[in-house]
This record gives sequence, C-alpha cells and structure tokens, in this order.
Amino acid sequence: MTTLHLFASQLLLAAEEGKAVELSDGGVLAEFAWLIPVVPLVLMFGIVFFGKRLPFKGWELAELSMAFVAVYGVALFAMNASEGIYYEGSVEIATIGSYVIEWGWIVDGLSIMMYAVVGVVGLAVFTYAKGYMEGDVRFTWFFAAFTLFAGAMLVLVSSPNMIQLIVGWELVGVASYLLIGHYWEDHANNAAAIKAFITNKVADVGLFIGVIIAGVTVGSFRFSDLLGAIEAADSALVDVAFWAGLALFIGAMGKSAQFPFHVWLPDAMAGPTPVSSLMHAATMVTAGVYLIGRVFPLYHDALFAVDVKTIIIVVGAATLLLTGLIALVQNDIKKVLAYSTLSQLGYMTAAMGAGAYTAGLFHLFTHAYFKALLFLGAGSVIHAVHSNDMSDMGGLRKSMPYTYWTFLVGSLALAGIFPLAGFWSKDEILASISYDASHGGGTVATVVLVIAIVGAFITAFYMARAVYLTFFGEYKGEGHPHESPRIMTYPLVGLGVLAAIAGFANMPGIFTGFTDWVGARLIPMGDHHAESIDFVLAGIGLAVALAGIGLGTRIWGPDRETQEARDTFRIAGLYPLLERKYYIDDLYLYGIVGPTKGPLARAADWSNTYIIDGVVNAFGAAARLLARVVYGGLDQRGIDLAINAVGAGTGEVGEGLRHAQTGKVQQYAAALFVGAVLLVVGFLIFG
Amino acid sequence: MTLNPFLVLASLLFSIGVYGVLVRRNAVLVLLSVELMLTAVNINLVAFGAHIQDTLASGQVFALFVLTVAAAEVGIGLAIVLLIFRNRSSANVDELDLMKW
Amino acid sequence: MSWFESGWGLSLIVFLPLVGAGVLLLIPKSKEQVVKTTALLFSLAAFAVSVVVLLQFDFDGTEAFQFGTDLSWIPAINSRYHIGIDGISLPLLVLSTFVLVLAIVYSWDHWPEPRNPKAFLVLMLVLGTGMNGTFVALDLILFFIFFEVVLLPMYFMIGIWGDRKPIRLPGWKRDVETRLYASIKFFLFTLFGSAFMLLGFLALSWKAGGTFDMVALSEMGRAGVFAGAFGQWVFAALFLGFAVKVPMWPLHSWLPDAHTAAPTVGSVLLAAILLKLGSYGFVRISLPILPEQAQDWAPAIAILAVIAIIYGSLACLAQTDMKRLIAFSSVGHMGFVMLGIATLTDVGINAAIIGMVAHGIITGLLFFLAGSMQHRYHTREMARLGGAMKSMPIIGGILAFTAMASLGLPGLAGFWGEFMALLGSYNPLDGLSLGVFRTAMVIGAIGTVLTAGYLLWMLQKVNLGEVPEEWRDANFHDADGYELGAWVPLVLATLAIGIFPKIVFGATDDAVVNLVENISRAVGG
Repeated sequence: MTTLHLFASQLLLAAEEGKAVELSDGGVLAEFAWLIPVVPLVLMFGIVFFGKRLPFKGWELAELSMAFVAVYGVALFAMNASEGIYYEGSVEIATIGSYVIEWGWIVDGLSIMMYAVVGVVGLAVFTYAKGYMEGDVRFTWFFAAFTLFAGAMLVLVSSPNMIQLIVGWELVGVASYLLIGHYWEDHANNAAAIKAFITNKVADVGLFIGVIIAGVTVGSFRFSDLLGAIEAADSALVDVAFWAGLALFIGAMGKSAQFPFHVWLPDAMAGPTPVSSLMHAATMVTAGVYLIGRVFPLYHDALFAVDVKTIIIVVGAATLLLTGLIALVQNDIKKVLAYSTLSQLGYMTAAMGAGAYTAGLFHLFTHAYFKALLFLGAGSVIHAVHSNDMSDMGGLRKSMPYTYWTFLVGSLALAGIFPLAGFWSKDEILASISYDASHGGGTVATVVLVIAIVGAFITAFYMARAVYLTFFGEYKGEGHPHESPRIMTYPLVGLGVLAAIAGFANMPGIFTGFTDWVGARLIPMGDHHAESIDFVLAGIGLAVALAGIGLGTRIWGPDRETQEARDTFRIAGLYPLLERKYYIDDLYLYGIVGPTKGPLARAADWSNTYIIDGVVNAFGAAARLLARVVYGGLDQRGIDLAINAVGAGTGEVGEGLRHAQTGKVQQYAAALFVGAVLLVVGFLIFG
Repeated sequence: MTLNPFLVLASLLFSIGVYGVLVRRNAVLVLLSVELMLTAVNINLVAFGAHIQDTLASGQVFALFVLTVAAAEVGIGLAIVLLIFRNRSSANVDELDLMKW
Repeated sequence: MSWFESGWGLSLIVFLPLVGAGVLLLIPKSKEQVVKTTALLFSLAAFAVSVVVLLQFDFDGTEAFQFGTDLSWIPAINSRYHIGIDGISLPLLVLSTFVLVLAIVYSWDHWPEPRNPKAFLVLMLVLGTGMNGTFVALDLILFFIFFEVVLLPMYFMIGIWGDRKPIRLPGWKRDVETRLYASIKFFLFTLFGSAFMLLGFLALSWKAGGTFDMVALSEMGRAGVFAGAFGQWVFAALFLGFAVKVPMWPLHSWLPDAHTAAPTVGSVLLAAILLKLGSYGFVRISLPILPEQAQDWAPAIAILAVIAIIYGSLACLAQTDMKRLIAFSSVGHMGFVMLGIATLTDVGINAAIIGMVAHGIITGLLFFLAGSMQHRYHTREMARLGGAMKSMPIIGGILAFTAMASLGLPGLAGFWGEFMALLGSYNPLDGLSLGVFRTAMVIGAIGTVLTAGYLLWMLQKVNLGEVPEEWRDANFHDADGYELGAWVPLVLATLAIGIFPKIVFGATDDAVVNLVENISRAVGG
C-alpha cells in the first residue's frame, strides 16, 4: 500500500550556465527531512492536549519544535552550501483513476532555504513571543496555533506535489485565521481574520484551477513531473500554459498579498505582534513568491507562460508602489510595517516577473530577517507603551536602547543602506529588472525599473518617518515605558545581526553562494545573474534611499519636530486616496461582499421561501383546493346525497309507521280482525 | 241433518267474542271473549266433522286440541293479567301500551 | 466463514436493527435502561458485523459484488433477494452502521420532547434497516422497498419529536406547526419522487423481459437494450426519484424544513445517510443501467449541481437560524457530489463517494453540535448566540474544527470530495461538453469561497465575541460524556480520511474505474 519513491537516488545534474553541478542526494539528513513538518504538527497536538499542564504552559513544546526545525534547517542549509542537495520522497495516500495522490517531502535548494528561514526566524519569534504573550488569556492556545502555522508552512514548502502544496497553503490560511482572530472577543478582530481567510480563499480559486489544469495536463501532480514536462516542451502543456500559469499566479497573489488581493494583510495586524512578525512578514506571505519560484520555468521558458510573466512584473510593480505610498500616511506602527511588507513583496514579485529567480528569492531571504526584526521591535514598543499609534510614542530611544538600535538596523536594512542586507538584495533586483529591460522586457521593464527606484525612495522615506516618530522627540504616551525583558531583546539582537549580514550571502562578483544554494534544483532555472556589482544602479539605489531618509529627517527630524508637522503631513490631492487605501477595501466591502451577503443571499433565500417553496406550497394548496372540491362538491353533495336520501327516506317511513304501533292490544286485535275479514273477502272475490 | 243452525250459532258466538275482545277494557273479560271465539271455532269444527262423515273424525279431534291449547292459553293469560294487576293495580287493557316499540 | 460470505453477513447487518426494533417492542416502556442498552447492543452488533465485512472484504476485487446472495423472493414478479456489496457501497454501508451507533449513543441522555425513548429507538432501528438495506440491495424492487422503509420512521421522527414552533407559510391564513409542515413536506416530496422511480423500475423490468436484477440490467444497459426515447423517459423518472432525495436544486426545498424541524438525531441521520441514498442511486442504478442517457443528462446535472452549490451557499448567508444554515450547506455540498457524478469520470465519481462519506461525517457532526447548542440555549437564532468558545470551549472547539472541515479544509475529509469533483470536471468523460464542465469547475471553485464565507460567519456569530448579556449568568455545562462519545469518533474519522484518503479511495477506486470503463465503452459504441 505504501510506496516510497526515492527520486534522486541517482545523481542529478543541474547545469548552471554551462558548468554542471553534481547534486548529492543529501543522505540520511534528507531522507528524514519529513520530520521537519511533522514534528511541529505532532507537537501542536501535544500543546493542545497537554500544554496547560506543562510548566511553561506549552511554550516549551512550541519552542522545541522550532529549535528542531531551525537546527535541521540550518544543517541542511550548510550541507546544501557545500555540495547541493536534491532529494524527493513520497508516500502514496490514494490512487484515483490514473492519478496518484501522495504526501512527500522535497529537499532542494529552494525548500532548504525556506526551512532555514522558517526555522531561524521562527525560533527567534517563538522565543520573543514567550515574553510578549506572558499573561495572555489564551497563552497555550496561542502557541498551539502558532505551532500549527509553522507546521503548515513547512508542509507547504516541503511539498513535492501540488496537492500537498494546497494542503499546506490552506492550513497556513487557517492558522492565520486563528491567530489574527486571537482576541476574538472583539468582533473587529474576527472580521479581520475572516477577511484574511476569505481573500486568500478567493485567490485559492486560482490556485485550485491552476493545479487542476497543470496536474491533469501533465497527468501527475508532482512538481518534478511538471518541470520535466516543461523541459521536454510537452505540447499539451504548452497549450494550457498561459491559463495554468495565470491561475497559479492568482493563487500566489492571494498569499503574497499582491495588488489587488493585498487588502487582507494590513487588517491582519489585528493579531498579536509576533504573529505579524512571523506570518505576515517573514513566512506565510512569501508562499506566493515561493510558489512562483517552485514552478519558475513555467513562466520563464519561452514556450510556456511568458505572457504571464509580464502580468507578474506589472502586478509586482503596482503593489510595490501603491502600497508603499499608503505606508506614508499610516499612524499605526504595525500598519506602516504591514504596508512596507506589501511593498517589499511587490519587489519580490516584480523580480520574479523580470525572470530573476535568484534575486526574488534573495530578497525574500533577507527581507524575512529584517522585517521580522522590525515587527518584533514594533511589538517591543507596543508592549512598552500599550498603544499601536505612533502619536502615542516618541523619545523611546533612551528608554528602550536595545529596541531602538535593532529597529534602526532593521530600518536601514529595509531602506537599502550599504552594507546591510536590504542593500544587496534590492540592488540585485534592480540589476535584474534592468537586465530584463534590455533583454526582451521592453518598455514595461523600463517603467518597472523606474518604479522600483521610486519605491526605494518611498521605502526609506516612510521608515525614516517611523523611526523618528517612534524613537525621537518627546514621549507623548502615558506611563513610563521600559525596555522589554531579555527574552524579547535577545531575539531582537539575533535578528539584528542577521539583518546586517544576510546580504553578504550574495554579492555579485565577490561571493555568490546564495545563487548556487537556491539553484540546486532538479532542472536549472536558467535565470540571469549579475556577474559584478552594477555600480551605477547600486549608486542610484543608495542615493535615492539616502534622499528618502534625508527628506524624512527634514520633515520629522527631532530638531524641527512639532506636533503639528507630524499630523499635517499631507501629499496634496493624494492624501484622501491613500487614507482610504484607493477605495479598494470599500469597493470590496460595498461592491462584492455587501451585495453577496446582503441582496444576493437574501434573494436566494427569498426565492427559496417564496418561489421554490411557494411552488411546493402552491401544489399543496392546489391539492387541498381540489380535495375540497372533490370532498365538498362531489363527495358530500353528490354521492353522499343519494346515500343519505335512502337513509333519510327509511327514517321518514319508519317515523310514519311508528304511529301504528300504539301498543294497545285491542287495536291490534281490531286490525287483525279487519285483516282477516279483508282476506276472507279477498278469497271470496278472487278465489 | 242440516248444518246451518250450527253455523249460525258459531257465527253469533264468534261475533260476541270479537265484540268482547275489541270493546271490553277488563283484560279478564277480553280473555273470556277470546274463549268465546275459540268455542265458536270448536262448534264449527265439530259440525263440519259430523257433516262430512270423516272416518278419522279429524274435526272432533281438532276441537279437542283447541280446547287444550285454549286452557293453556287462558292459564298463561290469566297469570300475566294477575301480574299486571299486581304491578299496576289495574287490568285495563287500554292503559297498557308496553308493547309500543 | 462461508455462510458469512454468502449473504448472511450482509443480511445480519440489514436485519439486526429490525430484530432489535422487534425486541424493543417486547420490553416494557418503563424499563428505560434495558430499552436503551438493547438498542445500543443491536446497533453495535450491526456495526461490528459491518466491520467484519470490511476486514474480510477483498480489496483487490472491489469491482465485483461480494458477500452476496441471490435467493428467490417474490417469484410472481421475478423479484429476488439479491444482495451484495462492492467498493462503492462498502464505505457507505460502514458509514451507515457507524452513524447509527453514534446516534444512539448521543440519544442516551438527550431525548427530544415528548420523551419516549422506546418509540424513538424503535424508529431509529427501523431506519437503520432501511438505510443498510438500500446500500446492499441489488434488486430494484428490494432497493425500492428499503428506500421507502426509510421514509416512515423519519416521517414520525419529524412529525412527533420535531420543532413545535408555529410558522406562517406565505399566503396562508393560519399558523402551522413546523414539525407538521416539515414532516408532510418531506414525506410527500420523497414519495412523489419515488413514485416516478418505481415507474422507471417497472419500465426497465418490462423492457428487460421481467428481471429486476441490477447486475443483469446493467449488462443489458451496456448492450444498449434501453437505448433511445425509452431510456430517456426512464432516466427522467429515476432522476426525479433520486434527485429529490439528494436533493438537487430545485427539488431541495423539503430539506431545510425537514432538517430544521427534525430532532437532533433525526437531522443527523437525515444528513449523514438519507441524502446519500439519492446520490448512491445515481451511481448504482442510473449510471450503469442507462449509460448513454447518463451522458446525455450529464451537462444538465452538472448545471443543476453548480446552481445548487452557489444557491445553497448564498441561501446560507441569509440564514439566521443555525440549524437551517447547516441544512442549506448540505444543498451546496451535495452539489459537489452531483457535480462529481455528472463528470462520469473515475475522478469525479470517486470524488462523489468520498464527498458523500465526508459530508455524512461532517454535516452529521455539525447537526449534533447544533442540537447540543439548542439543547443549552433553547434557541437557534444566531443573533442571540455568541462567545461559545468562552462559555463551552469543548463544544465550541469541536464546532470550529467541524466548520473548518465542512468548508473543505485540505487535510480534513471534506477537501477531497470538493477538490476531486472540480478536478474531474476539468476533463469530463469524452463527448461531454468541455465548455459546460470547465465553467462548472470555475463556478464550483468560487462556491468554495462562499462556503468558507458562511461557515466563518456562523463561527463568528456562534463561537466568537463576548458572551451576550442574555447568557452571561447562565452556567452551561460543556460537552458531556455521551456527546463526546458520539462526536470524538466523527472527529477522528474526519482527520483520518483527510490525512489518508485511501481509507475510502482504496475501496472505491477499482469499482469506480470499472464503472466508468463500462460507461465509456457503452457510449463510445
């Protein structure tokens, strides 16, 4: 019943720009990599059932699972860095007609990178959450859901087939629903949770359809078979590639919160901050980018869905610019980071759309660290001032030094300041888009390049705003904020270090390890890599970032700080649009959700009650009417009349005859005598 | 031997009996009148029996039969009358309509 | 075990509940404990036998009928006691015996008013016989009888123990009790359908020279005996019979009323098993006997199924009554089942069967939960509920889990039926309109969004938020032992099938592949 498919027991060759790389099968480490998703999921049950009885209320199990994933992930990462791994294993769980459904695990450059990111960031966030969630009403339950999330994310990234991908994908969605709605006593949080789930579910329609189209056409749901079919230029797949690619991208847009599916992510900030940090910055939202990376050749190969690639780059660019602008006007520190996340996801998507597999994933890799760091820093601040609103903060630089310095590092990394992580990954993206512009991307890519540079400026600008409003000037909130406990600051420092150095993993022309690490795939991705640093582009990127910081300093800098200046920041004409988030939320709420829940639903219910049931009841009423005619008219007045007439007649006759019965003997005797006489007379006459 | 005088006598007796049955109110007298009618019938039976020279004398035999039955009938009838009288202190026939349905 | 394999095993499964009902009648009503224990024992016995059947079942030959027998029964009309199971009926049979046991366990301490455990249990056991019998019958008359046997106990369950709230039907002058309206509607609707079904059966038998044997009729169907207009009429008649039971839009309107009015256990059995009789009828009778007509009708069925998915989900969004919402969700879920069947592909029909099993487990559980909530709140109006996660965390937690399962969360049982039905409709049987089915696939996929929408909305209303003022002082006891005894097995089954769907597919796949091969051979000429 159970079959184990060991794919890469034969050595696979990945040709990478001419040089062939031998991939190892990863040995025992890869063979048991199925433990990576399974351990958190199993421990999740442990937390649910036994968590409350443990000394740390279940946190220790959650932490254990993350530590396991982190260690395992980093071990695989190191091994992959040294020799390149490709391994795929699977267990059949059903056969349906000609399709085989299986659970499996894939160990290749892409998934190993994700294991490591999820493990390391997860470990930091889980540690931090212990301090942040201390005293929470549902502490144990929080860690159960958080562990479920981590497990689901790992199911997703370890998936060698599209069915399991869907499973992980939706489980991530559910975990997100549970965690966003963690404070479910307040219906606003529930609404945010439902919004996240439903928005994702809408995009999942695309994922479902994409998986179905690709799976049915290839005849298998395995990514390896799909990629094999692409390499073999399968003509059946060529025919449907556009639709499959588009549908899969729509799915990716949902999870990665690309415009116009981005609406759920800012609302998702209703969850506790560690949730935002892990799910809505570092991991879950990267699933879409991961998916594009997983099926990258489908978009990249000239025979297949290259048209979708244009859509991808446009969507990515639109997201990075539009959401970046919204971040400018947010007052909630988490919302600023949320919109910044959207904007950075736009970068990754645009990079994928430009055919830059490595650049997109590299930004995913670095962004995971500094964005998780920023969220944790924001959480630390919120923990101290008990408010999300930046107008309640200010001057925290002195009271919260660890938070301040790490937040600053994260902000500079995000802004793309040399030599922090964001600089390297953003530069790689700019270089890739620029390359695409001159190699078939045409005007679109050129415009996107400009947008990306403008985006870098905006990013630096709003991060400067956030840092100044939060850490500089006078404290405007209530009480005396304190630095967070060590269990919260240590993860900040750890992530701060990673945010600073992660960029060194890929320095064009100097050290390009990351390129090889994520390039360890079944077939080569065939994307372009910059051979050396493009100093012009890097210079422009750095310059606009510095300009952004400079402008930010001019407006919000401590020396010219006034309450007024902060709150009167308006971009003429754009402000209402930005403040209402381009009215897209309103459009969805009043244009789609409202009518569906309101008139449409009522119409369906109404038609059920009045039309369908009406017809049914009318049949009933008609039957009753007919019955009344038959009974009252025909039966009671027709047939019964005759029957009753007979009865009544008999009665009448009897009534008359009854008077003859006087009971008087002599009358009877007289009658007898008269009768006898009559008889005699009769005999005499007729005899 | 002529038959007619017997028949006339029987007719008279019967008619008196009928009259008695229909008119008298006392139940005892009604019963007596019934006896008269029976006697008339007996006379007829004997007369006709003699007249037709029946070797089996069936007329006379039948008359004896009627006498026996009449005796029994009067016995039962008087007993009923007696009981009615006891219950109702009256033997008036027209006060009795117990037989009315 | 040869006696067991030659019909006795299945006969035991079918008739043990009936015998149990007979035994119950002999026990005085006052000995309630004895009555309950006896009923439980008989249902457990039937379940145990079905487990033995499951274990003995030859999974390498699921397309053949096993454990069967074929005895003379009513020679006058050539109807025979022909029973047997294959991979298609096996999961449903086990589900049926399983759910009956759980229903009795749940009933242990939750009797609907007017309280009369004996009568209630007798009806439940009779119902069990009808349900089990339908799944094993291989003779049309036998099938029809079991199909109809189910009606009566359910009619009484709804009519006697149902909801007494008066309702005003639109256009009527007087109020009528919900239970009366619902029970009569349920009975007449089903009877209406099955009258046509019986006509169809008789017509088939007449055309086939007097046999009612499904196996023989299927062979004739493949050979094209029922081709042409005759077949169309017969298919239409059978369609009416089965579609009412499924229920397919627009013949579904008995369902919300019956479900809402029925006592908890009645709703559970209705949702878990009774609805499956219709879709099972399609797979077991309509498709194999009338393959060509099935192909002609498939697009229409698919369209109706998709309408049901969207319509049912939209109607759910407009409900204020929790039980009625769950009832309407059945319309949508059965829409997926019918969409799967309409594709006439191995994937689609497999999806339909696992969809039936999953819907039976999940919606059954939802009705259990709704019943327990009603038992505590004495209302089903969602606007008045809230904060169940706080006031009764276990029930709330299971409700959340079940709602997730019901919205087709991957990794739980509901996912496979929905996803595979969509998968099947991407590539329906050769000759079916790709346009219709692919559109159906897209619309069906959108239906999953609506499904998620109303279930989350329900969760929000019932489970989340603060406990409303009205209940703040009420001290609700959380799930008791009997409730957990009935629910935990269903939860585990949901998980097990979700993680390892081979539990169902392993039985159905070969049988379905064989069925589809026969269909495509018949329609391919």
